[in-house]
Amino acid sequence: MISFTVNGKAVSVADPPSTPLLWVIRDSLKLTGTKYGCGMAQCGACTVHIDGEAVRSCVAPVSRAEGKKITTIEGISPDLTHPLQQAWIEIDVPQCGYCQSGQIMSAAVLLAENSSPTDTDIDEAMSGNICRCGTYPRIRQAIHRASEIKAQRGAK
Amino acid sequence: MANRIKWQILAALALVGIACASLAAWSQRSAFANGGRSSLVATVAAASPDDAAAQSAFERAYPVFVSPRCQNCHPSGDAPLQGDDSHVHTQDVKRGTDGHGVYGMRCQTCHQDANLPGANMPPGNPKWGLPSPQMKMIFVGRTAGELCRQLKDPKQNGGRNLAQILTHVATDDLVGWGWNPGDGRTLPPLNRPDFVAAMQEWVNDGAACPK
Repeated sequence: MISFTVNGKAVSVADPPSTPLLWVIRDSLKLTGTKYGCGMAQCGACTVHIDGEAVRSCVAPVSRAEGKKITTIEGISPDLTHPLQQAWIEIDVPQCGYCQSGQIMSAAVLLAENSSPTDTDIDEAMSGNICRCGTYPRIRQAIHRASEIKAQRGAK
Repeated sequence: MANRIKWQILAALALVGIACASLAAWSQRSAFANGGRSSLVATVAAASPDDAAAQSAFERAYPVFVSPRCQNCHPSGDAPLQGDDSHVHTQDVKRGTDGHGVYGMRCQTCHQDANLPGANMPPGNPKWGLPSPQMKMIFVGRTAGELCRQLKDPKQNGGRNLAQILTHVATDDLVGWGWNPGDGRTLPPLNRPDFVAAMQEWVNDGAACPK
């Protein structure tokens, strides 16, 4: 058994250690917000956090999660109050939406490390997340907006 | 009688020769055994340096350093390289402040502790990353002489002396990844034992650099 926490909840799974974390999250734990895109760490759709770091779950073996804290898109906030969620809704970022959970998970790492990112910071942080609908301008806009929301909350 | 004295003198000279050679070999081994803190350069210099042989040995090792498996993570810019054509890493990956990327684009975001099976899957090692921006240890574009001088300079090589350089090339597991690069990747032009032997010869012969 491999034990870790997902979105604050302790879990143990019996999947083989080499099973991609993505399939454990989706198939064993039934958290389907994390998407399968390319299966080879090329697109970013499957991004989750392991102890706060962005990881492409399609190539990370579940053994890497042992004893760690995993956060998926479902765990970023329980009530859609994360600044990124609010900004994403406000700006209506998604088109088809398939890549968006991965986009938000990468953006969350960026904002955690840099609460006021420039366009260059955003480009560097988000360049591994592909959007075939081309929503990049709105993603960038939404990250700036989330940064503002975060700052406003901090000021209160 | 004269013959007997001549043989005794020859035998005595041979013994002195063997003793000197043993002492030199012992002191060189000691320099490795104690982590190389004692001066291997001085030891080697005392044991008749041969600049031409050292330069030739380094020239033999040099193609390994500039093979894609090695130079791709020793770029001249701040982005890693990929593939046998050493193109810039896709996804705009950056060196970052510690050599391991930026924000959600860390090396370990995609690279695991081991290679993943299949062509074009991310290769892996627990230490996967570039040298830090403070000490870039650039291989790309360096001539054999430039690379050799950079390699020998403790200010550019992480404070290593020659013995530590040898230990690094012979035992470091990220260096060793070059000879176990995963599916679909070509190997360096020398195998690791031959590469290490060339580097050892370079050191033994006084570590002179090609011009």
